[in-house]
Amino acid sequence: MAAVAVSVAGLLTLSACGKGDDKASGGGQAAQKKVEVFSWWTGPGESDGLKAMRQIFAKQYPQFTFFDAAVAGGSGDQARALLSSKLQANQPPDTFQGHAGAELQGYIKGGKLESLNFLYDELKLRDVLPQQLVDQISVQGQIYSVPVNIHRSNVLWYNPSVLKDAGISAAPKTMDEFIADLGKVKKTGKIPLSIGSQWTLVHLLESVLCGSLGTDVYNQLWTANSDWSNANVTKALENYKTVLSYAGTPQDDWQPAAKQVADGDAAFNIMGDWAYGYFQNPAPGGIGKTAHKDFDWAASPGTDGTFMWLSDSFTLPKGAPNRDGAIAWLKVAASKEGQDAFNPLKGSIPSRKDADTSLYKDYLAWSLQQWASDKLAGSIQHGVVANDQWRTAITDAVGLFQQDQDVAKLQQALVAAAKASGQ
Amino acid sequence: MTRVRRWLPGLLLVSPSIILIAVFVYGLLGWNFRVAMTDKHDEIAEIPGHFVGLANFTGIWSEERWGLSVRHALVFTVVFVGGALVLGWFLAFLMEKGIRAESGFRAVYLFPMAISFIATGVVWRWLMNSGTGEHAGGLNRLFHYLGLDVLQWQWFRDPDWGMAAMAIPAIWQMSGYIMALFLAGFRGVPEELREAARVDGCSEWQVYRHVILPMLRPVTLSALIILGHISLKVFDLVVSVSGKQIITDVPATFMWTAVYDSHDPAKGATIASYIVLSVAVFVVPYLIWNARKGNRS
Repeated sequence: MAAVAVSVAGLLTLSACGKGDDKASGGGQAAQKKVEVFSWWTGPGESDGLKAMRQIFAKQYPQFTFFDAAVAGGSGDQARALLSSKLQANQPPDTFQGHAGAELQGYIKGGKLESLNFLYDELKLRDVLPQQLVDQISVQGQIYSVPVNIHRSNVLWYNPSVLKDAGISAAPKTMDEFIADLGKVKKTGKIPLSIGSQWTLVHLLESVLCGSLGTDVYNQLWTANSDWSNANVTKALENYKTVLSYAGTPQDDWQPAAKQVADGDAAFNIMGDWAYGYFQNPAPGGIGKTAHKDFDWAASPGTDGTFMWLSDSFTLPKGAPNRDGAIAWLKVAASKEGQDAFNPLKGSIPSRKDADTSLYKDYLAWSLQQWASDKLAGSIQHGVVANDQWRTAITDAVGLFQQDQDVAKLQQALVAAAKASGQ
Repeated sequence: MTRVRRWLPGLLLVSPSIILIAVFVYGLLGWNFRVAMTDKHDEIAEIPGHFVGLANFTGIWSEERWGLSVRHALVFTVVFVGGALVLGWFLAFLMEKGIRAESGFRAVYLFPMAISFIATGVVWRWLMNSGTGEHAGGLNRLFHYLGLDVLQWQWFRDPDWGMAAMAIPAIWQMSGYIMALFLAGFRGVPEELREAARVDGCSEWQVYRHVILPMLRPVTLSALIILGHISLKVFDLVVSVSGKQIITDVPATFMWTAVYDSHDPAKGATIASYIVLSVAVFVVPYLIWNARKGNRS
C-alpha cells in the first residue's frame, strides 16, 4: 500500500512540477520544447553523470529545455511501476531509461516503443558499438534503445589478505578452484562468500551458470532452442548449491555484503562493478577503501574472457509529446562526448568502442579493456537476457531454493520459467 | 409530500458520499474481481482479456510461492493479533489499577502508533539483524553483551518462524492502541458492579473473571477486527524490514511482484481478491453482529 502511495505521490509531484516548469518558461510553446527525460538516476555519481550529460544537451540543443523526471529508488523498481502506469494511460515521457535488452520486451510487444533503426543508420552507431552488443539488443532486426553505459556483472571481489591467510595465492580461475578456495577460507573461520538480499543470489546465479556452462551455452539458454533440462545445467546448479553452502548470513543488501569483504570479514563476493565505486569513494557515498590492498577483483570464476554486461539505455516511446527533443537527447546519449561525460562520474564504461581511454582509471580502465576484447553475455538480474516475467519467475525459483536447497526442483522451475516466458 | 420532505434532504446530504463510495470503493472492487476472472496476463499490451471464470483463483494454489505466502500471513496474523491483544490487555490491566502518572504512561505506550509502519520497519530491520556470533548486530549483539548468546537467532530470516519475528515490530506498534481500547473498556465497567460482586464475596480474580471480562467482549471483538484486517493486508512493514524476498513473502508483496515485476494484472487482481475475501471473513460477521445488536436495541 505504502509503495503504491509513494508512486501516486510521485505521479502527483511529477505533474505538478511539469506545470510549474511550463509556467516558468512562458506557456504553450515552451511546453513543446520541453524534453521530459525519465530515469532513476538520483543517487550520488549517477545524478552527477546525468547533470554532465544534460549540460552537453543544453549546449548542443539550446532550442530544447531538459526536464528531469527522475524517480528515486535503487534499481528503478518504483520508477518502472510509475512508468508502466504512464504508458498504459498513453501519456509517455519523451524518453525513458530502461535496461537494454529483454527488459524492454514488454514495452516493445505492447507497441509502446518506436524502432530506432533510423537513428542507428543516421549516426552509424552499428560501426561504433560492439557487434555482439547490437545483436543482443536487436529484436527481429529492430533496435529500440540507445545504450549509454555498460556495467559488468561477473566480477569477483576479494580481500587479498584474507586469501593470503587461507593460503590462496591468486583469485580462482575456474569453478572447481573457486569451490576449493571457499573450503580453504572456511577453515580459517572467515566467511568464504558474502551474500546480500534475495536479488544478489540471482546475480550470483548468473555468474555461476555462465562460469559452469561456458559463454556460448549460457547465451544459448536465452534463445528459442534453449534446453534448461539437460545434465550440464544440473551440474551448474549443483555448483550453485555448493557455492551457496559456503555463504555467510544474508545481509540486508549488496552494500553490507560487499563491505564484509573490504572489512576483512569475508573472502569473496560476486557483485556488479558498481561495487567498485562503493569500495573506493569516501563516505557517505562509499567506504573509502584502497584498491588492491583492502579489496581486489577478477573475472568471476570460469568467466575470464567473458564480459557479462548490463546497460542503461534510453528509448523513444510512441506518441512522445516532443519527439524531436527526444531524438536530440538520444543523439547526445549516443555520442562519444555524452558518454565520456556521463560514465566516469557514474562509474561505468561507454558502450562505444571509441571512448577516450585516458578518462577511465584503475577498475574502469581494466573494464574498458575487457569490453573491447571479451565475448559478451547478458545479465539475468539486470534485464538483458530475460524479460520481466521470466526474470521474476527465476527470482521466485531462487528465493524458494534458498529455503529448501532442492536442485531438482530449482531446475524444474527454471525449465517451466523458460517455457512460460513467451520470449 | 410530507413524507418526501422527511427523507429527501437527508438523502441529498448523503448522496455525494454514497456515489463516491459506490464508484471508488465498490465500483473498483468489482472491477478488480472482473480483472481477476480474465486471462489478461500482460499489463502493457492493450488486450482486453477473456473471461476465464475462476481459473485464476484455483490455478494460483498450484504455485508454491502462493502457498508459502498464505502460510506466512497466517503465522504473522496469529502471532501479531494474539500478541497485541494479550500485551494490550495486560498494559490496560496494569493501568487500570490506578498507577501514578497514568496519563504519562498512556502517552508512552500509545506513541508508537503515531509512527508509520515504514519507519518502524526500518528501525526493527536493524534491531533484528540476523548476524550471530561475532557478526552480531542489533538485538543479537545486545544478547551477546548480556551473556545470553543462546537467545541469538535469525529473526525474520528463520525459514520456519521468521514471520513470527516479523510480527514483533507490529506488536510493538499496535499494543498501545489496544491498551487504549481495553482501558476504555475497563473504565466502562461501573464501579457499582465490582463492589456488588465484592460484597457477594468474590475474590479480585473472580471479579475479573466473571464480571469485567464478559463486559469486555465487544471491545475485544473490535480490537480483533482492527488487528485482523491490518495483519492480512500487511505490506509496508514487510517491505521495509526485508524487501521483496520470498523468505518473508505475504500475499500483498506477492501481489506487488505480480503486478509490477511480472506485469500480470490478472494474477495481481486474483491475489487482491483473496486479500479482500480474507478480510471480509473478519469484518462481515462483525457487521452482522452489529446489525443484530442495533435491531435489538
